[in-house]
Amino acid sequence: MSDLLRHAWLVARKDLQVEVRSRTAFTLALVFTALVLVVFEYGRDPTAVPTLDLAPSILWVTFSFAAVLALNRAFQAELENDALEGLLLAPISRHSLFWGKLAANLAFVALVQVIGLVLFVLFFNVPVWRVLGPLGATMALASLGFIAVGTLFSAMVVRTRFAELMLPVLLLPFLLPPLIAAVTITTQLLGGRPLSEVGGWLRLLAAYDLTFVTLATLLFPATVTE
Amino acid sequence: MTQAPRGRWTTAVALLLLAGVYVRALAFTPTEIAQGPAQKIFYLHVPAAWSAMLSMALVGLGGILFLFLKDERYDRFAAASAEVGTVFSLVMLTTGPLWAKPIWGTWWTWDARLTLTLMMFFLFIGYQLLRGAVADPGLRARYSAVVGICGLVLLPFIHLSVYLFRTLHPRPIVLKPSAPSLPPEMLITLLVSFAVFTLLYIGFVVQRYAIGESR
Amino acid sequence: MLWARDLAHSFGAVQALDGITFSLDRGQTLVIFGPNGAGKTTLLRVIAGLIRPRQGSAGVDGGRRALGWIGHQSQLYGQLTVNENLRFWASLYDVPSPVVRQRAAQLIGRLGLERQAAQPVRTLSRGQAQRVAIARALMHDPAVLLLDEPFTGLDRLAAEELRGLLAELAAAGRASVLVTHSVEAGTELATEIAFMRSGRFAALGPRAGRDATALGAEYRRIMAGE
Repeated sequence: MSDLLRHAWLVARKDLQVEVRSRTAFTLALVFTALVLVVFEYGRDPTAVPTLDLAPSILWVTFSFAAVLALNRAFQAELENDALEGLLLAPISRHSLFWGKLAANLAFVALVQVIGLVLFVLFFNVPVWRVLGPLGATMALASLGFIAVGTLFSAMVVRTRFAELMLPVLLLPFLLPPLIAAVTITTQLLGGRPLSEVGGWLRLLAAYDLTFVTLATLLFPATVTE
Repeated sequence: MTQAPRGRWTTAVALLLLAGVYVRALAFTPTEIAQGPAQKIFYLHVPAAWSAMLSMALVGLGGILFLFLKDERYDRFAAASAEVGTVFSLVMLTTGPLWAKPIWGTWWTWDARLTLTLMMFFLFIGYQLLRGAVADPGLRARYSAVVGICGLVLLPFIHLSVYLFRTLHPRPIVLKPSAPSLPPEMLITLLVSFAVFTLLYIGFVVQRYAIGESR
Repeated sequence: MLWARDLAHSFGAVQALDGITFSLDRGQTLVIFGPNGAGKTTLLRVIAGLIRPRQGSAGVDGGRRALGWIGHQSQLYGQLTVNENLRFWASLYDVPSPVVRQRAAQLIGRLGLERQAAQPVRTLSRGQAQRVAIARALMHDPAVLLLDEPFTGLDRLAAEELRGLLAELAAAGRASVLVTHSVEAGTELATEIAFMRSGRFAALGPRAGRDATALGAEYRRIMAGE
């Protein structure tokens, strides 16, 4: 077990190291996030619909797009010099490889989301301080399962044509349950409702995460072994 | 009889029965008071939804069987099922608005159930796009199995979201915990329609599978 | 040390391997000559465990830990430096840190990469990158080496260096399988020779003192005939 985690950590650390050096995916995701927020800001009529009603949707659509953008990077670097082959030749479990990738993706997405949240608060002036804890937990829960499926799919899609197009199309249905849950929870939170009211949704998110992290872990070896 | 003719016969019989269902639905089943004749599309819409879900379930099942047993026939079956599922989803997505317009006054609503069928449709389309983009048959089969299984597991979460989210769609009246609350004639027509659509599904898949085999 | 038994594998309708059997002991080097499409790379990948064959079996004593791979692709991360690459890959094989530092320095020196050691791999020439790939394969001191056209892209000097290195490794007891389509490149290293065509060994046996010219003639004869 410790080997599993240690190797996963080595893979994750390497991924983040590579990302820090190139910074392309991060910059792209960040710029895109800012762009989407600006579009929403100028596209709406504040007198027609109050910000607080739209806010959760805007926030989560932004997060979703950024996450999908971020996922493409997961296996790109592995293709350049066929490093993926090296990873498969090494005496590490396929599960370690997957968890390492997943951890790196989660860290990456978390960073983009935090910055996105800050921008969101700046642009839309929505009071999130009171509910920062629960909101943060929701962000984490809503991203985990989705990113797990995304990491799994990106391993497959990276070697096909039209990879950048394929990934969002495949992932869209998987986005829906966490997105609905996250938007509902955020709406309740921003509306000052107590956390207990959204207990059902939180349980749904947790179940979704547990299911898909497990499933993705189990299915990943099938995508890289011949 | 080999596969393809058997499939054709099944489909032909199913289509005939389908015509029979319509006759029964239009002429012999009472009209629902509140919604009028437009409600009768329900007999087409709901079973199509059921068949689409059946297709998805079998795509997933085919994927699981392929990964465990490594028999390519399961993959071919899953592929056939996905194609048929695409058609049924499309039927569901077109009949939905046809019913919605006279009843709710709008072609499309982003209510949970219609949106979720749209998601199933995307799953089927995505599945086939992926298949089209991978040349090697072994790789294609494995990738398809992975996506198919994930899609299957996704369905209950989607169904759960229906219950938790406020929806414009009529609450499920057949598949709910207590007994179905439809008057008997309507229930019979509906159940017959379900059976016919299942038969139609079988007919289509067998034909499609046979085509896949001969390639 | 490594072996294959009745190996058969196909990709769809293409039969890539059609009944391969052989085994290799310490200190032996098998050089497989064959045209493109003969199945040489597939054979190596099956032995390495990257492909599960439809029939038969193959393996290496000691598993993946004992295996070093040198192929066309460098399997390196362009964004990371030579040192970082060597360190990362060694860590996956659980090589202890002090050994990593020492061995990296040794190999870098031996392969003439001192000036490039702290540079990102993407700034290196193809020949330099290939040398780093060789160092990478040797970082965990593998008992078995699999080489897929390793001389491609190497200038004469680098090729000489590699030949010398491989001879040393063989003398120290390592078993190697080298596949190539160039008779000149691989001959001297071989203790065993095989000619491969259409997934089968057309000939397999000890080199028995044959030189490049003799082998070339024999190779042409076998490929032309049958």
